[in-house]
Amino acid sequence: MKLFKIRGGVHPHDNKHLAAGQAIEDLPMPALLHIPLQQHIGAPAKPAVRRGQQVAKGDLLAFSQGVISAPVHAPTSGRVMGVGSYPAHHASGLSVRTVTLKPDGEDRWSDEIQGVSDPFALTPEEIATRVAAAGIVGMGGATFPSAVKLNLRTRYRLHTLVINGAECEPYLTCDDRLMREHAEEVIDGVRIMAHALGVERIIVAIENNKPEAQAAVALAASVDPRIRVARLPTRYPMGSEKHLVQALTGRETPARGLTADIGVVVHNGATAFAVHEALRFGRPLVSRIVTVSGGAVSRPRNLRVPIGARVQDLLEYCGGFTEQPAQLISGGPMMGQPLPSTRVPMVKGSNGVLALTGAEAAGHEPMPCIRCATCVQACPCGLVPLDMAAHTRAGDLDGAVSLGLMDCIGCGSCAYVCPAHIPLVQYFNYAKGEMAARGRAKQKMTETKRLAEQRTARMEAIKQAKREAMAKRKREAAAKKAAETAAADAATMTSGAAAEPTATTAEA
Amino acid sequence: MQIETAPSSAGPFAHARTSIQRTMSLVMLALLPATLFGFWQFGWPAIFLFFATLSTAVLAEAVCLRIAGKPQRQYLLDGSALLAGWILAVSLPPWAPWWIGAIGALLAVVVAKQVFGGLGQNLFNPAMVARVALLISFPLEMTNYVQPMPLFSADAPGFLQSVGISLGQPGFDAVSGATLLSHVRTELSQGLTLTEILPDMGYLFSGAVGTIAGSMGETSALLILLGGLFLLVKRVITWHTPVAMIGSLAILATLMNLYDPEHYAGALYHVVSGATLLVAFFIATDPVTSPVSKTGQIIFGAGCGVLVYVIRTWAGYPEGVAFAILLMNACTPMIDHYVRPRVYGRDRRGTPIEYADNAEMRK
Ligand code: SF4
Ligand code: SF4
Repeated sequence: MKLFKIRGGVHPHDNKHLAAGQAIEDLPMPALLHIPLQQHIGAPAKPAVRRGQQVAKGDLLAFSQGVISAPVHAPTSGRVMGVGSYPAHHASGLSVRTVTLKPDGEDRWSDEIQGVSDPFALTPEEIATRVAAAGIVGMGGATFPSAVKLNLRTRYRLHTLVINGAECEPYLTCDDRLMREHAEEVIDGVRIMAHALGVERIIVAIENNKPEAQAAVALAASVDPRIRVARLPTRYPMGSEKHLVQALTGRETPARGLTADIGVVVHNGATAFAVHEALRFGRPLVSRIVTVSGGAVSRPRNLRVPIGARVQDLLEYCGGFTEQPAQLISGGPMMGQPLPSTRVPMVKGSNGVLALTGAEAAGHEPMPCIRCATCVQACPCGLVPLDMAAHTRAGDLDGAVSLGLMDCIGCGSCAYVCPAHIPLVQYFNYAKGEMAARGRAKQKMTETKRLAEQRTARMEAIKQAKREAMAKRKREAAAKKAAETAAADAATMTSGAAAEPTATTAEA
Repeated sequence: MQIETAPSSAGPFAHARTSIQRTMSLVMLALLPATLFGFWQFGWPAIFLFFATLSTAVLAEAVCLRIAGKPQRQYLLDGSALLAGWILAVSLPPWAPWWIGAIGALLAVVVAKQVFGGLGQNLFNPAMVARVALLISFPLEMTNYVQPMPLFSADAPGFLQSVGISLGQPGFDAVSGATLLSHVRTELSQGLTLTEILPDMGYLFSGAVGTIAGSMGETSALLILLGGLFLLVKRVITWHTPVAMIGSLAILATLMNLYDPEHYAGALYHVVSGATLLVAFFIATDPVTSPVSKTGQIIFGAGCGVLVYVIRTWAGYPEGVAFAILLMNACTPMIDHYVRPRVYGRDRRGTPIEYADNAEMRK
């Protein structure tokens, strides 16, 4: 199909050969699983199990909380050892609420697990409900609850579903292997999602460095004439949602908007597979395919990993390290996060674990910017990274924002090519974090101000009430006195004077 | 087996094989053929001048770095001082005394670069600042060109004689020759016409090959072009600046030539003579002092071309391309401020794109 040009981008050495030839293997069940309750964007799930409770595979461990949230299920059968806190799969290494599960070795599915014989007979709402109940989130790393994305049809006029199989990050091959080995299941999931979205156009987009996946998907897709396979040029960041849509449709997503603004919804291939599993078999999302790779890994592999297995379990299965890695990363080398330790558990959004050698990770002393404009040419968003970095460094965050900081997708193309090795993305992350903090502080300030104003108003009201009460009491006292005097007078004089104090009271 | 790596704060954890040092080395490599040709054409005095200029540049840089308290090794190895010295050297009259090169290097490194804050901070191209300052301060030495006398040829000065030339001692009888540009300029002002001054097209050939009086590394248009193409292939530079500059110069020359062929030379004359190509590929493309956007670079290049033409044709310095560069350098911040790439998802003015059929259902 006809493709459109996208701006900028880079051609990093893809290093996919390390793991691309390895068929998916099951990771042996670890002795313990640590399943975090927040593995998605949105509110954390709320525990539904107690310590000591016996659960079957697929049983609910935690409820979804609110509109943007996702439930969490037991990745295998076993006993809940506790609900506590455990280091998160995150660069910060902070702890989050986590269910610890001791597998009983039977890996027995719950009896309640039941699929639908014909998902296409369901209404879109029913499909979305099932997807939500299965705890499916965007598996390309964004981890946005998928059901919310399926429900976009109520707010937007959608026409196209794009399946993002670009996998443009170097090293990662999990989507490649999944599409090669489970093309039919992926395509089935794609068709179910298309049904839920009510779209008539489906494009599965795969980069040209994955010819086997392209062929397998094209074959599987022949069952449905609506599906087209797009063969994408190999270029980073082709898998960036907005750029992918531009390459396929020629249209840019409006700034600060969603691809749904131009009628397109993008889902990941692994998400489609999870939807297939959830609808056909009723299985919630309890495992995923992960690439374990990097120059420091003895035997790079693609593994099917139960959620909650520790990074260490994966690395051990892959034969450990050949040398001490310089950098341990979750995800790809371009946009992945450094991992603080090998203890952290795998989550729904983790598509790769990379252990890079010093030579691969390429840390260099930064030099001053020579304004060579390589970063300007490389930026897929049309930004001028050197200027944004200079403003950030000078502390002028508003200046950086006016230069388009918030339009930066953090893809790292600029830093990748910078001959001065300036950590541009680090500057941008810092600035974005700082702006978010400022936003929160500002919100807090207006909130505090509002509360203070409310309080003043309340105090004012109380004072007013007190004053009134006082005045009333005074008047009553006066009235009483007057009445007494009047009564005393009346005792001696005529009874007609009694009307006067009553009138005074009425005035108040 | 459990490891704790220090989490480096942000990606990417991969890097293209680039560095400032690599960029600078490639530029020097591209300059090498024209420089060697210059050595051969102008002999030992040119070689002495070259090394005097480069060693002063590096020495000055080292001292400045020390004073500024910057890591000397890291910054000296980036090659920027060496390259600035190199570009200055090849733009000097080849038989200029050694101290011309040394003073020029000091001006370039200390005044034009380090005073502004060092690498990446200078507003003006260091080599061009030095060249202009020298031209104004030492007009005699800076306009004293010689005809090529290839190394080891019969008339060429020997090693010792060359030392004398470099030290500025009179004695060796050189065939001094004006550059093509100043020759034509002088003759035109005498009232001659172009057909009388340049009866045949031979000057085009000698200008292209480089068998002609001129600055040390500027004479051979072909070798400079070769170096420029190498930089384009290696993606050290993009086509925008050189094409815009040569293009605007050529268009202007052609128009004026059509208007009055007896007094205004054609496009080829301007392209092969003097420093045109050196400037287009090596100096106007200096990253530090030129704009960062493609459109900006086109504007910058076109501006250089027009100014070069104007200065050559009507101002007092036929070899005054350096002025053109400095003037455009001064415009760079303004160009960069007004000319930016269009941001994804926004129109040129920065408002988010709206399509007539945006898919959101507005109720
Ligand atoms: S790539 Fe690096 S050195 Fe070049 S302009 Fe950008 S920030 Fe400056
Ligand atoms: S990280 Fe931001 S500024 Fe850098 S290339 Fe990507 S989008 Fe552009």
